[in-house]
Amino acid sequence: MSNTLERMATISVLVDNEAGVLARVTGLFAGRGYNIDSLTVATVDVDRLQSRINIVTSGTDMVIQQIKAQLDRLVPVHRVSDLTHEGPHIAREMAMIKVVASGEPRVEALRIAEAFRARVIDATTNSFVFELTGNTDKLDAFLDLMRPLGLAEVSRTGVAAIARGARTI
Amino acid sequence: MSVAPQASVAAQAGAEVLLRALKEQGVEVIFGYPGGAVLPIYDAIFKQNAIRHILVRQEGGAVHAAEGYARSTGKVGVVLVTSGPGATNTVTGLVDALMDSIPIVCLTGQVPTHLIGNDAFQEADTTGITRPATKHNYLVKKSEDLARVVHEAFYVARSGRPGPVVIDLPKDILINPAPYVGVPETPHRSYKPQTDPDPALIEQAVALLKRAKKPIIYSGGGVINAGPAASAALVDFVRATGFPVTNTLMGLGAYPSPDPLFLGMLGMHGTYQANLAMHDCDVMLNIGARFDDRVTGRLNAFSPNSTKIHIDIDRSSINKSVHVDLGIVADAGKAIAALSAAWKKDKTKVDSKVLAAWWSRIEEWRAKDCLRFKQDMSKGAVIKPQYAIQRLFEITQELKREIFITTEVGQHQMWAAQYFHFRQPNRWMTSGGLGTMGYGLPAGLGVQVAHPDALVIDIAGEASILMNIQEMSTLAQYRLPVKTFILNNQYMGMVRQWQELLHGGRYSESYTAALPDFVKLAESFHAEGLRAESVDQLDDVIRRMVTSEKPVIADICVDQKENCFPMIPSGAAHNEMILGPEHESQSVGVTDAGMALV
Repeated sequence: MSNTLERMATISVLVDNEAGVLARVTGLFAGRGYNIDSLTVATVDVDRLQSRINIVTSGTDMVIQQIKAQLDRLVPVHRVSDLTHEGPHIAREMAMIKVVASGEPRVEALRIAEAFRARVIDATTNSFVFELTGNTDKLDAFLDLMRPLGLAEVSRTGVAAIARGARTI
Repeated sequence: MSVAPQASVAAQAGAEVLLRALKEQGVEVIFGYPGGAVLPIYDAIFKQNAIRHILVRQEGGAVHAAEGYARSTGKVGVVLVTSGPGATNTVTGLVDALMDSIPIVCLTGQVPTHLIGNDAFQEADTTGITRPATKHNYLVKKSEDLARVVHEAFYVARSGRPGPVVIDLPKDILINPAPYVGVPETPHRSYKPQTDPDPALIEQAVALLKRAKKPIIYSGGGVINAGPAASAALVDFVRATGFPVTNTLMGLGAYPSPDPLFLGMLGMHGTYQANLAMHDCDVMLNIGARFDDRVTGRLNAFSPNSTKIHIDIDRSSINKSVHVDLGIVADAGKAIAALSAAWKKDKTKVDSKVLAAWWSRIEEWRAKDCLRFKQDMSKGAVIKPQYAIQRLFEITQELKREIFITTEVGQHQMWAAQYFHFRQPNRWMTSGGLGTMGYGLPAGLGVQVAHPDALVIDIAGEASILMNIQEMSTLAQYRLPVKTFILNNQYMGMVRQWQELLHGGRYSESYTAALPDFVKLAESFHAEGLRAESVDQLDDVIRRMVTSEKPVIADICVDQKENCFPMIPSGAAHNEMILGPEHESQSVGVTDAGMALV
């Protein structure tokens, strides 16, 4: 209420790796009308059976605080961290990008890929699959450039994020 | 949690292990209904006497009965139902318990693990369906998890902000041998609710309160949930401050109603003095309430000039809808104790002159006598519903018995909250958050099971009561003398009232034609049926009802057009409340935006 300004937030959640835990988290977002711009989840501690969920969301500060509090009260949740708020952090995602083209557009796609340090991980005479890692903006910029050159398909991982420095979740 | 205390050597069947875990958790009563998937549990129940089973008539009734049991005792209520429809029938009760923070453990049967996902007979995705309906839920897929999960479920249900927990139990898990483990000695690996308040924040709160010119204390169901000691501590604290206090619907009974510091209930049908004091206060202390929309009215006009302090055990309740200046995460009882101690330690004097001026304004509001109504006392006159509740209260006070009140949902519920007064916590069971019609009769059943010698009265409406009327049969079977006091106006009264005030008097589908004869209905359920058709018959019916040793339905025919006032129309602010016809008209126009609200 005091603040109507919306902001993006990258939230990391450490959870017990049990059946239905992802449904609990996504169901919470759906049920309470929060946005999910990106979602990634994978096991990060095999011994303790813990997974990490990274969520990129947006809202007013009051909403982001509410999201944190709602996540925190889920029983299998160990730790919730608003990386955007708590200090500098690094966020990366990876994409595999298929461009179908021949002739000059094909050559142009490859030139741009080199400039972006995208790797060619598959090639045929009329297609490439590029692998590109970076922050969301970088991936978006690359895709914008590929679109007129024959962009055919994209598979993105969504954002993984971690705090800079020695601080841990 | 990871270190399991000694696993039992001679493994018992899962159903036996389940009952053993329930016994260790102190369970005395289960409200349930059998079916194919839970037959092994019913077999185990048959072979023992420690845990009593109450057979309800529909699974929805079992959950409300467990809620009544839990709310009136402070213990966890336990429900047992079969798979599929048994489980889906519990959903309303589970959400009800979730909204009102009632500790429930609901055991649901499930098809054997190898059939899960195959659309087997009476299969439903119970954990999927109940995930947003519960505080937490479990599907036990391995026998070695069974006992641990049961203990964990009870811990989750009762700790922190209490709530319902479902354990879904596949039939093979119930039949196969399972190891027993006792209650774990180590804390839960992830769920650790904060109950102790931060002392620095408590000091800040006291500093704000000491300097307040127009303070108010507003307490809710969290104080009830914190146990009777918390309510006693609230009384001590309020009296130490001399501040006015108001309770939410869920918080009634935490502060004794006849006390001069008590302003009555606040909110949509709260008192004039409580709502105006909330609107005009300069420091508000909220203990264990959640700024529900029925309390706040229009958010941007809610208590616009106050500094707000909010104590809640659930961090997500703080700053959810109302921005507060000082949020304190804590158990209400511990917080009140800390406040009392800090109040004594802080030597700042409250400005008694300023406080007296605040009180004199409040007394002006109180002098409006907003709950005033006119009852024609001539022979044959129509009974006003408010008068019926008032007489019920007065007559029951003569009895020197423990009295528990449950309600259904609607006008009668609000009149009960306004005209029946409570001196103790845990005596008032009502569906606040979800507003579940059909709650009161099964809840009363659960209360009576827990308090066999008490006088349990369900204040009902004729529409609500029909939603779980089948539980009359349960009352008969277990000789539970619950009294159902129906304010019968033949309308869904609150719907009718809104249609009158907001929808141009178009009474769409709110009149019930062909109601049953409640006297005969009672008799067919082996209960006593009574009826009062005019004011001269009322006292006699109430006296006969409360002295009967059987369950009773008292059909009180009341004024069909009576509205429940005062009322803050949806979308309006606390200082825009409508008073009843007894007061000069000062109704505000209901806006289109308000009409769209519920």
